[in-house]
Amino acid sequence: MKLNTDTIQKMVRDEERLDDRDLDEYREINVEADYIPTTAEGSAKVSIGDTQVIVGLKVGVEEPFPDRPKQGNIVTNAELAPMADREYESGPPQEAGVELARVVDRGIRESEAVDLEELCIEPGEKVITLFLDIHVLNDDGNLIDASSLGAMTAIKTGYIPVYDKETGKLQRDEKDRDIPLEENPVTVTASKINGKTVWDPTSQEEDARESRLTVSLNEHGNVVAMQKGGTEPLTHREIMDIVDSSENKTQELREILGKSAEE
Amino acid sequence: MAEKEVQFFDKDGKRVDGRKPEDLRETKMEVGVLEEADGSAMVETGNTRVIASVFGPQKLHPRHLQESDRAVIKMRYNMAPFSVDDRMRPGPNRRAKEIGLVAKKALEPVVELENFPKAGIDISMEVVESDGGTRVTGINAAALALADAGIPMKGMISATAAGVVEDTPVLDVNGIEDKQGNADIPIATINGGDEITLLQMDGDIDQEMLDECLEIARKGCKKLHEQQKKALVEKYESIRGEY
Repeated sequence: MKLNTDTIQKMVRDEERLDDRDLDEYREINVEADYIPTTAEGSAKVSIGDTQVIVGLKVGVEEPFPDRPKQGNIVTNAELAPMADREYESGPPQEAGVELARVVDRGIRESEAVDLEELCIEPGEKVITLFLDIHVLNDDGNLIDASSLGAMTAIKTGYIPVYDKETGKLQRDEKDRDIPLEENPVTVTASKINGKTVWDPTSQEEDARESRLTVSLNEHGNVVAMQKGGTEPLTHREIMDIVDSSENKTQELREILGKSAEE
Repeated sequence: MAEKEVQFFDKDGKRVDGRKPEDLRETKMEVGVLEEADGSAMVETGNTRVIASVFGPQKLHPRHLQESDRAVIKMRYNMAPFSVDDRMRPGPNRRAKEIGLVAKKALEPVVELENFPKAGIDISMEVVESDGGTRVTGINAAALALADAGIPMKGMISATAAGVVEDTPVLDVNGIEDKQGNADIPIATINGGDEITLLQMDGDIDQEMLDECLEIARKGCKKLHEQQKKALVEKYESIRGEY
């Protein structure tokens, strides 16, 4: 058992948290679009409380997959930098990074946020790949929500550079067009601590939770992706309650996403 | 691969980014940028940006790495995939490992390792955006992070690179000057003085030119050292302001 786990669980029973928040209250969220202005084609730095994540978008030109010759690709990767957490001393946990990347990716992919056919340069020969790299600098919980928000901001504010057919290279300094965006999915994660639903947990609260459920909703409120984590089960009722309240939560985050992408 | 000719100096003798040969790029330093680490700093030099963290002194695992009479520094240098023009594969490559090693050697002389037998100090540098000079920018950030972690040091380490373009020594080479110039010479000094703790060089220059390069690089380190002291003071002043 981790330090404070007991205290956190007892407090949650009385609807209290160590930092005085309501159970459904997020910490302060800051999104800085275009955080990496020179080397990335899209980027964002997101902080939720003390959690800090940078997402960088790089555009590459590659061969399409044989079964989808007319579609570009999105490749999402996450690195938990050793600086992000004292416990990453012997190397960050590989599995957690992979899950983080895949859950962020699924929200974007399943909502068909990006029109992949628009990323085709020459069917069967050349397509554009969008590399979304999540770089976690400081982990104080809720990495999935922070990274998803960062990834969508990077896509919304990013661009596709001019492709030179002669040389087969991208002219990185010259914008050709925006990234073809079709949807605005938002991903939020609920945690169950001592039987109650808690939003935006800190690292300490994550250590004290029994389970979590991540829900990605599109603009119409439809569910496009989900992921359960943690060791304890969730009941059918609990799942539906979380999905129901995730609609409010995604609205809060969607407003922040809209504002940060405006500039 | 044929690169297009670069005009390194304009008719007024200004460099590609408008600097004079002996100018540093605009440099910003911020101490205490991460919560989890014991010490941290971000240093921005032109378009190069590095975040450094320090954990420790703390228990060192595995035990066979421990030294009975001093602490051991573990150093990581890593470039984020989006920190370069063509996306880089995640994780440290051979170049990054070598830089981690020389950066460690650059800092070790000032850290009072003998105060912490059997302990480990973990330093990590993450390059998030690059335009030349990532290792020296990283060393400046790591030195600040060590001080921020409260680790006793005999002095501050300040680093920059000199280079040669069109037979002219220039200070603080940027990406294009590094790639297409005649030489790149990163150095680190103790307190911006005469003691050099990092030296690497690649290029093709005569001895006189090397002498000049070391001269201007040392001057650059001296300026950076002043700025580092200011950045550290700023952090403590901002804390004082909260009470």
